[in-house]
Amino acid sequence: MKVFLSYSDYLRNFEVFLRAFDPSESNKLIILTHDKWVNVHPVVLAIIAALGSKIGSENITIEKITATSGHYLSRMGLFKMLGKKSPYSIKEHEPAGRFIPITQIKSPEEQSQFVTEMIPLLHLKPNQADSIKYIVGELVRNVLEHARTKDGAFVAAQYYHHTNMVRLGICDAGVGIRKTINYSWHAPTDLDAIKLALTPGITGTTRREGGTGENVGAGLFFIKSMAMVARDYFVLYSGTGLYKLIKRDKRTKGFPRLHADPQDDKHSDTNDAPKFPGTVVGIDISLDQTSEFRVLLAAIRDVFIKAVRERKKARYKKPIFI
Amino acid sequence: MDTITVSIKEKAGSFAENKDVARELRIKHIIPALKKNKTVVIDFSDVTGATQSFMHALISDTIRKFGEEVFDKLRFKNCSPLVKEVVTIVAEYMQEF
Repeated sequence: MKVFLSYSDYLRNFEVFLRAFDPSESNKLIILTHDKWVNVHPVVLAIIAALGSKIGSENITIEKITATSGHYLSRMGLFKMLGKKSPYSIKEHEPAGRFIPITQIKSPEEQSQFVTEMIPLLHLKPNQADSIKYIVGELVRNVLEHARTKDGAFVAAQYYHHTNMVRLGICDAGVGIRKTINYSWHAPTDLDAIKLALTPGITGTTRREGGTGENVGAGLFFIKSMAMVARDYFVLYSGTGLYKLIKRDKRTKGFPRLHADPQDDKHSDTNDAPKFPGTVVGIDISLDQTSEFRVLLAAIRDVFIKAVRERKKARYKKPIFI
Repeated sequence: MDTITVSIKEKAGSFAENKDVARELRIKHIIPALKKNKTVVIDFSDVTGATQSFMHALISDTIRKFGEEVFDKLRFKNCSPLVKEVVTIVAEYMQEF
């Protein structure tokens, strides 16, 4: 496998990162970097950590880094996570830093600890914390419940002061969305599976409406909707499928219309991405929200319930008229 | 009428997201109490928020098992506006199924 870290690996350019990702020869990982500058979204680091977790440090090569910003990779814990010696000497726990280095979460207890500890690390105010905790809580739990990997979730995040935004990446090298969705539904392709997973009320754990006692298939829909309302990027990538929410038009006034069908959101998608062995979620979370988080949840609730109602209605027995 | 109180903060912390905790509270405390016709007060004191997944694991099965009448026996106490919203989300969609 080969990855290339460039100078603008943000979610808006995620396809650029993917074009340089070569998943062949899965028993080794070569990491290449731009010779002058490296600037990557935390999700890229989470991806590399997840890929590395499957093959062991001895099979990972990080080609010599010449980029001036290469120390960022050390600060974000990439070398440590991959079991490699860092060429940089970095002071840990720099108070000025507002980031979460790549963290591996393998249990619900570790998840709870992470959710508690990450807010002070990002230097967020209490009123900014709710949406971040919510998103991390849902996404990490998804990995622990559905990914079927002992390596758990790899999470990384960074707060960007000038845009007042948190960039978050969560990745696993588990079975992938298609396998979990196909326990109960039929998704012929990875992209079909991704779209089902984004549909309210669809969970791989059961076909029963209302889900199980533990799952109802709402988590990803809620998070995608949050990104859509806030005009943030959201990426869901698994197998060869990629769904990327595109920012809605700035000129749109008022509260945007939320869609139950992910096909109806402004997005790009493909089923021809390099095959990723697991699931990747990348999201940018703007903290400049004009609506309170609970108001946002209320709006998403309405769409969720309407979608469930319509699906239920579609299954009503139809009267036979003769 | 007999009442039991289930404290969320004690087990789930100040942001309720651990579904295993929710499941345990449901199976060990909430459902047994409801079966004995007790009123169950779910106390969210000092809990700033909760994920929808947590709340689903906490109460959805009670709604499914006992029907909408279960709301006559459940009380949600000291909920922050965010917690109140998440409770409402689950309460509403479970009654659609």
